Amino acid sequence: MSDLALAAPRGLARPAKARAGETAEQLAAWVLAGPAFALIWILLLGPTVAVFVLSFTDWTFGMPEIAWAGLENYREMAGDAVFWKTLRNTLTYVAFVVPLSVFLGLGAAILIEAGESLRGFYRAAFFLPVVSTLLAMALVFQFAFHPTVGAINLTLAFVGIPTTDWLKNPNTALFALGVIGIWQAIGLSMVLFIAGLKAIPKDLYEAAAVDGADGAFERFRRVTWPMLGPAMLFVVTITAIRAFQVFDTVQVLTDGGPNKATNVLLFQMYQEGFSFLRSAYAAALTVVFLGFVLLVTVIQVRLQERNTHYG
Amino acid sequence: MAGISLRNIRKSFKDAQILHGVSLDIADGEFLTLVGPSGCGKTTLLRIIAGLETQDSGDVFIGDRMVDDLPPKARDVAMVFQSYALYPYMTVAENIALPLEMRRLSTAQRLPLVGRFMPGARTARAGIDRDVKAVAEGLGIGHLAARKPAQLSGGQRQRVALARAMVRRPKAFLMDEPLSNLDAKMRVQARTEISELHRSLGATFVYVTHDQAEAMTMSDRVAVMMGGHLLQVAPPQVIYDDPQDLAVATFIGTPEINTLPGRIGADGRVEVIGTPWPVTVEGQPGAEVTVAIRPEALMVTRGAAGDGIVLVGTIRHVEMLGAETLVHVVASPLTRPLVTRIEPSAAAALRTGDPVALSTDPRRVLVFGKDGKRIAVRQSAPPLVPAARGETVHV
Amino acid sequence: MRTRSIAATGLGFQLFRHALLGLGAFLMLAPFVIMISVSLKPSGEIFAPEFTLLPKQWHAWQNYTDAFTKQPLARYILNGFIVTGSIFACQLLTALPCAYALAKLRWRGRETMFMLVLLGLLIPPQVTAIPLYILLWQLGLLNTYAAIILPSTISVFGIFLMRQFFLTVPDDLINAARLDGLGEFAIVWRIMMPTAMPAVIAFGVLSLVWNWNEFFWPLIVVQSEHLATPPLGVVFFANAEAGTNYGPLMAAATAITAPLVIAFLAAQRWFIDGVTMTAVK
Repeated sequence: MSDLALAAPRGLARPAKARAGETAEQLAAWVLAGPAFALIWILLLGPTVAVFVLSFTDWTFGMPEIAWAGLENYREMAGDAVFWKTLRNTLTYVAFVVPLSVFLGLGAAILIEAGESLRGFYRAAFFLPVVSTLLAMALVFQFAFHPTVGAINLTLAFVGIPTTDWLKNPNTALFALGVIGIWQAIGLSMVLFIAGLKAIPKDLYEAAAVDGADGAFERFRRVTWPMLGPAMLFVVTITAIRAFQVFDTVQVLTDGGPNKATNVLLFQMYQEGFSFLRSAYAAALTVVFLGFVLLVTVIQVRLQERNTHYG
Repeated sequence: MAGISLRNIRKSFKDAQILHGVSLDIADGEFLTLVGPSGCGKTTLLRIIAGLETQDSGDVFIGDRMVDDLPPKARDVAMVFQSYALYPYMTVAENIALPLEMRRLSTAQRLPLVGRFMPGARTARAGIDRDVKAVAEGLGIGHLAARKPAQLSGGQRQRVALARAMVRRPKAFLMDEPLSNLDAKMRVQARTEISELHRSLGATFVYVTHDQAEAMTMSDRVAVMMGGHLLQVAPPQVIYDDPQDLAVATFIGTPEINTLPGRIGADGRVEVIGTPWPVTVEGQPGAEVTVAIRPEALMVTRGAAGDGIVLVGTIRHVEMLGAETLVHVVASPLTRPLVTRIEPSAAAALRTGDPVALSTDPRRVLVFGKDGKRIAVRQSAPPLVPAARGETVHV
Repeated sequence: MRTRSIAATGLGFQLFRHALLGLGAFLMLAPFVIMISVSLKPSGEIFAPEFTLLPKQWHAWQNYTDAFTKQPLARYILNGFIVTGSIFACQLLTALPCAYALAKLRWRGRETMFMLVLLGLLIPPQVTAIPLYILLWQLGLLNTYAAIILPSTISVFGIFLMRQFFLTVPDDLINAARLDGLGEFAIVWRIMMPTAMPAVIAFGVLSLVWNWNEFFWPLIVVQSEHLATPPLGVVFFANAEAGTNYGPLMAAATAITAPLVIAFLAAQRWFIDGVTMTAVK
């Protein structure tokens, strides 16, 4: 960056000519990066700024007029019981899905790596949900949750556990969706934890063994767990961000119901923005949604700075 | 084929000046080696010739043409990189063919799949295949044509890199430490091969290395670089015998040249440890100088100080290397031992702790000023000890 | 041998391991089993109070023909290929040159550009939905292939991933290419891309999985059946069949899930490496 600026004051014979190669490189770089630069602004950063601006207006989709509304949308949101319920639902969903998928994924990763036999099969089985089309699988779950012929209730009744119509019961619907979310998220966290486990140097276990920590639990506590720190942070972050994005299952299975019990941020935003065409209010909801996602990232970065083991 | 001329090349990165106005003329067909310690700017200079870096000021000429504004591909030079820089996903034949494809095929003819059906593509490709084959066979890697670089040994990779450079018959070859990734044995063999290649191609070679053995054995001329300056450009033997700078003298030669602190006496004679030596120089009387003597120019004599004996000391260590023996002598009050190189037979009787005297041929004494530059010797006395090296010990 | 360090030995432990993992694998695979099983059964058996794995009366042919004839399922799948293929081609076309410039060229604006990429990584795709919808509406592009494809033509993740990989390519390889006569464009496509093939494949797999399964955006911009991507198609299907005709619905679900699952089973390594690569920053 600074080499051009520094070269100039030296008063060299023919600076312009001598830097022809560098100019060519500058030009080539802009030509190569130009399309990406433009598209990032047009499709990503520009619209994000636009969402922010739009959230301070009163615009409804298709209207010829637009006016500043200041904080009106946010004020409406704050006074809307549905919004608070939506927020509570979203946070409950995240709080339910994240810990379970992270720890089940971690358990699966450790157990899979703890032996040789059937390793590939287990890994594939746990990972398959990650690549399958969630929407199609949601319909399968709908059938599995079917109150009378669904596999879940058949099994629970067989064991003698009380059953309900999980997706239609306001007390259970959100958790039923959470189960689908966990089912899909476990494979991802498992694969990331396996990568984390493989990155732990073998000699650390040997050092621990020499130091007397040779039991399975001791090795886990002294070596595996602390060394998985960075992976853990990353998995929690990525799982949380994905949980905040829950939409498909809500849209196709519960439509936000029953009685708004599964209304989540993104679904609310979709309804306001694309069903009721209240673009400005939907933009304000988007800003709230983005705020949560950025909050997760900020927490991750903070923790990462504090807990770095090695450079 | 063409010579290369550099005119006052300067280059800096950020705040650090790497090249301080380097000028150099390389003759057509010459093998010139740029040698110097790491960080001296030799690789940067080579990359400026290639067009991979742009100088801050100064001009580069290849042949009669100024190439400052030309991109690397238009300069018609080939380069062999330290890492060989072979394209890992291409076969040996494809690696060698690439420079020809870029020059002989049009953009349309180079297109994947359809390119082969463009008019003229078939003939051009046949020509390329023929040339690639000829070069590969010439370097003895014809049988490796279908392999990928990962399946080759270090020496084979180096030949592929050479073949890729040779195939398009460039005006000049630029080589950036091409032997440094080979093991010691291969390196000695490759030295000979590259020298032979230079003779048979008759092309201009600019060769960068930090290894003085490579510089001395292969070059027509050696250019010693330090701290971004060209200190001396001369044939290898001249660099060794007649270095114009203390830094050159110490950099070239193993073991390192012996250096002693001295000063110029009132009569112009050089005094070392208070003793005037039979060497008279053109310098300011009283000025401090550095006296340098190659290890093989120092002779070991048993006995006390006397006529013709320049230094006395004690043997610290005797290093037997087979073909020669190095004797380390501490001459009080100097703390750093002086190293002499003598015949093993002459060293047989020498033991650590023995008192010895050292003598030298005054014509082989080099004197350098405080600034490191050579001070011309006006007159030196005839050899102090006329006896041949080796015999002296048995006196 | 690496495994030896974490592996606990002992028959008891191995039994414990297989018991837990076996149960886990069963639960993970159960939805797929149910899906396929139901897709083979006639309606009467589906709603029978007892669940059986295999049908007593095979109804596979009817269910799958229904799935492909009552709705243009083949069209949905074709759309899936068109959309994911176009998106990945565009993403490569924009990401590779940019990643090369970021990793290997010295230019003013490089730091700024990289900051933009990092900033872009923070923004979930749903955030831009409203403005992009308005933009496409203005351009009259709603309900077209372009509407589905355009917002995904840039992948900041792809730029980031490829940049990280390009950083590991030795500079001398690029210098050699320059001396061999390649221009910067040729270097991107002839040198960098083949060298970075593993990363390109990983990126491709992730892009494919993401865009094949993407539901939110196509739901917003597509109304016409003939443009529906696979997940959207399944919803059309479910709505048309009022959600009770499970046999053909599960057949449809199987058909649209199959391409990715088959690809995954065939090239597991690439999928898992690809996902893992996202974590290795």
